[in-house]
Amino acid sequence: MLSDKDRIFTNLYGQNEWRLAGARARGDWDGTAAILARGRDAIVAEMKASSLRGRGGAGFPTGLKWSFMPKVSDGRPAYLAINGDESEPGTCKDREILRHEPHKLIESALIASFAMGAHTAYIYIRGEYWNETRHLQFAIDEAYEAGLIGPNACGSGWDFDFFIHRGAGAYICGEETAMLESIEGKKGLPRMKPPFPAAMGLYGCPTTVNNVESIAVAATILRRGAAWFAGLGRPNNTGSKLMAISGHVNRPCVVEEELGVPLRDIIETHAGGVRGGWDNLLAVIPGGCSVPLIPKSVCDTVLMDFDSLRAAQSGLGTAAIIVMDKSTDVIRAIARFSRFYKHESCGQCTPCREGTGWMMRVMYRMVEGRAEPEEIDMLDQVTRQVEGHTICALGDAAAWPIQGLIRHFRPVMEERIRAYKAVHGTPAVVTPDNLPIAAE
Amino acid sequence: MAKVTVDGIQVEVANGSSVLQACEAAGKEIPRFCYHERLSIAGNCRMCLVEIEKAPKPVASCGYPVMDGMVVRTDTEVVRRARRAVMEFLLINHPLDCPICDQGGQCDLQDQAFSYGSDHSRYAESKRAVQDKYLGPLIKTVMTRCIQCTRCVRFASEVAGVPELGATSRGENMEITTYVEKALTSELSGNMIDICPVGALTSKPNAFTARPWELNRTDTIDVLDATGTNIRACARGAEVLSIQPRTNDEVNEEWMSDKGRFSFDGLRRRRLDRPWLRVHGRLQPVSWQDAFVAIARRLEGVRGERIGAIAGDLCDAESMVALKDLMTALGSGNVDCRQDGAQYDTSRREFYTFNTGIAGIEEADALLLVGCNPRHESPVINARIRKRWLAGNFPVGVIASPGPDLTYGVELLGDRPSALTALIEGGAGFTEALKAAKRPMIVVGHAAIAREDGAAVLAAAWALASAVGALTPDWHGFNVLHHAASRVAALDLGFVPRPGSRSVAGMMSGGVDVLWLLGADEIGAGRIGPDTFVIYQGHHGDAGAARADVILPGAAYVEKPGTYVNTEGRVQIAFGAVFPPGEAREDWRILRAFSEVVGHTLPYDDLPAVRRRLAEVNPVFARQGLPRFGASDLSGPAGNPAALGNAAFGNAIHDYYQTNVISRASATMAECSRILVHPVVQAAE
Repeated sequence: MLSDKDRIFTNLYGQNEWRLAGARARGDWDGTAAILARGRDAIVAEMKASSLRGRGGAGFPTGLKWSFMPKVSDGRPAYLAINGDESEPGTCKDREILRHEPHKLIESALIASFAMGAHTAYIYIRGEYWNETRHLQFAIDEAYEAGLIGPNACGSGWDFDFFIHRGAGAYICGEETAMLESIEGKKGLPRMKPPFPAAMGLYGCPTTVNNVESIAVAATILRRGAAWFAGLGRPNNTGSKLMAISGHVNRPCVVEEELGVPLRDIIETHAGGVRGGWDNLLAVIPGGCSVPLIPKSVCDTVLMDFDSLRAAQSGLGTAAIIVMDKSTDVIRAIARFSRFYKHESCGQCTPCREGTGWMMRVMYRMVEGRAEPEEIDMLDQVTRQVEGHTICALGDAAAWPIQGLIRHFRPVMEERIRAYKAVHGTPAVVTPDNLPIAAE
Repeated sequence: MAKVTVDGIQVEVANGSSVLQACEAAGKEIPRFCYHERLSIAGNCRMCLVEIEKAPKPVASCGYPVMDGMVVRTDTEVVRRARRAVMEFLLINHPLDCPICDQGGQCDLQDQAFSYGSDHSRYAESKRAVQDKYLGPLIKTVMTRCIQCTRCVRFASEVAGVPELGATSRGENMEITTYVEKALTSELSGNMIDICPVGALTSKPNAFTARPWELNRTDTIDVLDATGTNIRACARGAEVLSIQPRTNDEVNEEWMSDKGRFSFDGLRRRRLDRPWLRVHGRLQPVSWQDAFVAIARRLEGVRGERIGAIAGDLCDAESMVALKDLMTALGSGNVDCRQDGAQYDTSRREFYTFNTGIAGIEEADALLLVGCNPRHESPVINARIRKRWLAGNFPVGVIASPGPDLTYGVELLGDRPSALTALIEGGAGFTEALKAAKRPMIVVGHAAIAREDGAAVLAAAWALASAVGALTPDWHGFNVLHHAASRVAALDLGFVPRPGSRSVAGMMSGGVDVLWLLGADEIGAGRIGPDTFVIYQGHHGDAGAARADVILPGAAYVEKPGTYVNTEGRVQIAFGAVFPPGEAREDWRILRAFSEVVGHTLPYDDLPAVRRRLAEVNPVFARQGLPRFGASDLSGPAGNPAALGNAAFGNAIHDYYQTNVISRASATMAECSRILVHPVVQAAE
């Protein structure tokens, strides 16, 4: 469990002043110039040493990502693009940073930009976050006013500009390259990789895309040292992480917690436990709607970090814990996710465009039970035909929840089909015997 | 170079190539829908997935760059399963209406479904249906068949330069559309039909007329502009039912203009299929013999200098050399091919051809267009200019009247010859751009030379080319852009009046007693003197035939083997796809037969002999291909730059879709003209 002295986001709940004065009182903007004076390589090395893994879902080592940026510019500018699109159902952690800790983000963005040779950072904020955008803009204006950013930021000699770009509500724009397209004013369609953004990103220039949280923790890590951060959590799963607990718990909340703490402890300590007690738990989606769910038997023991959840065939994702108690129709819950992915697929590449609609339609039949037992296997196959064959990870994200459902709740699905047959008794799907005839 | 192993075969490909190109180099066929070698890479169909060693999942080979030592596998279980999966996804929402689809038999989806498709569908849900879109009179849409490969979108925005197509909505609701429903304004829109891998975009004029396997394909050359587009005429029986481009990277890559593609219905309408003779003011059908005899009688006692001949814009070189030989035999030097009155200096070939070459445009680094609008005069060349412009660092200056958007950024330098003078005098910014360029190009169009001071404009343009270093031993930057397909061949054959003989203007208003029009309809037939006896030899009942006293029915371009020389001076041979209708005959044979009647039998009896005669008149006709050349002699064409006039350059083409007898006879082209050139202006609704 994370002790209070190790908390990074000390104003997570907005209990204190979020503006510059309050931020300074919490230690933000303290000695920023000195951090920059350590030099670019030292900062990147420190970040690498902290073993910070990206907080946006994929868990890619942040320091390593920064080190991909070209050391010597070929004439093109470099950019930092911060991903604040946060549209994953269940995830609401960046929102707290944006509205209550904006200066942590701005200060860290300055340091990160300096570390990657960028004079400009963009933040792409989910369009629905209107008040959060206003807070951040206010904080940016304050920072400019105080000379903390802008020309010669913090007196460090480094020029730095920070711009907000608001999204318009598309989930896919949270995919890093789709986000770059969207910032450029185009339709948010993910790009093919390679080339990776570090070689050719925003406006064709070297760009690093980081999640809001990954950036926001940077200043504190550099101020308190990589060793402190790496001392939290477990090896390869270091540090603390914002976790959003929602669903059937007594007190849904966002909380900063150390990685590697048992899931059960987190739910019981911070969220007041599962509605109706731990034994009323059915399943948990541990990382936002795109990771497979884990049933209670796994939840009993699993630790909340990247590697433990991966071993449990799920993932940490954004650490958005969605708790479902036994009143949940788990098939319907996953079908709703399928509808979400069908709605949010950009339509660019074939498996996702066609597959998400297919999966959704079968899933809704499964909710009713209007299906054949063999179709569960077919559905599983379809998810595997989508997974890994698409340009971006939305296809994978659409496939995984269904795979998780089939993996852990197949008997429930079969039972639903049996129940439907008991009432309706008719073949549920087209077979050669009731094949519709052309021109109907 | 990168060494890549594809299925155990080692190939070496250039750095920056894609894995797909490496696979092709190894002889492996990679299925694809969205990838097209002349368009940007979209990577969205996911059909070209291959396995790459050390990659965690299959990668789209079209967009994945090769690396040295890469090991690629194209025929593993993973790859096959991935392709079958993609094919299944493509087919779940595809209507599978192949029996009523015009793409059937030439459909990429159909072909690849043979390799990767399943014999049954596992998709038991409702299929998607998409509303059809209106894209103009040429493209028929069945959007439910669309597989969202976005080739058409990329073609429109990249090659055609009209960003009018796009995709709206997302996911399975994504639709290809023009946003606000309207006809595409490109002169290259027909190519979208070719590149569409399914039956979503098909040819509207060809709808439901023929299956590809019923058609006989004949290689020929498009004559509706002077690009020399390589085409394939597809005929069933006696009818040409469609025209498609052939790939020739030197000329048209794989594109062709809409006029060339869709005018074929004009080949069936208003045709002259028997000889006619004017008796007491009315045209009456007669036999070939009677027609010949009538002409021979009229020629009796007429002195050579009172006889004239004009060649039209669609003529093959064979008929023109026969007509010229006939005129020479009759003692006449009054031959002319310049219906529009353009002024050329035919003393050197480089004064009237497109010397840089069409492919050479891609090597140029600055361009000046003088009195020319390539978008209408040669859409394919315009696309090549745009391709070069897209590559960057390509300043384009234009001296012309305002015309349509050329689809690339231009600097307007004026609309009259004075702008040319200003460039020669220097000081103007664009002179510096031309001088700074290593390989500048100057293109002179017919709006600049088909006028009184045409020779002066030509000389001035040459002088400018010389001054800015466009004429060097290894770069020839002086170009004349033609839009009449027969013109360069005619000039090569010397189909222009000898000194002292009459030009087109001189033959009008009674300048000659007997006038032979070889497909010449653009001279303003009303200007011919009332007492002039007019022989019209051609294939369409248009302006020339209406004025004629004798009509000799000839063959249209797809109906005869012929030699054509495009604006570059490239000699190309076409084959006849079908027979001419009725009693119509190949034109050189008509002239050969008539020469016998007047006792001046032309010395060739078959096509090889005519072609030998062509080569004898000008050795260029014996040449294959067109090597690139530089300028060795800097002395310019005749013409006094001081005689430059002050009138603005007009437009050589006023209605792109109605420039010759075939396109004027075409209902499709009339429809295009009505919709795109003369749109009815409606009040704002």
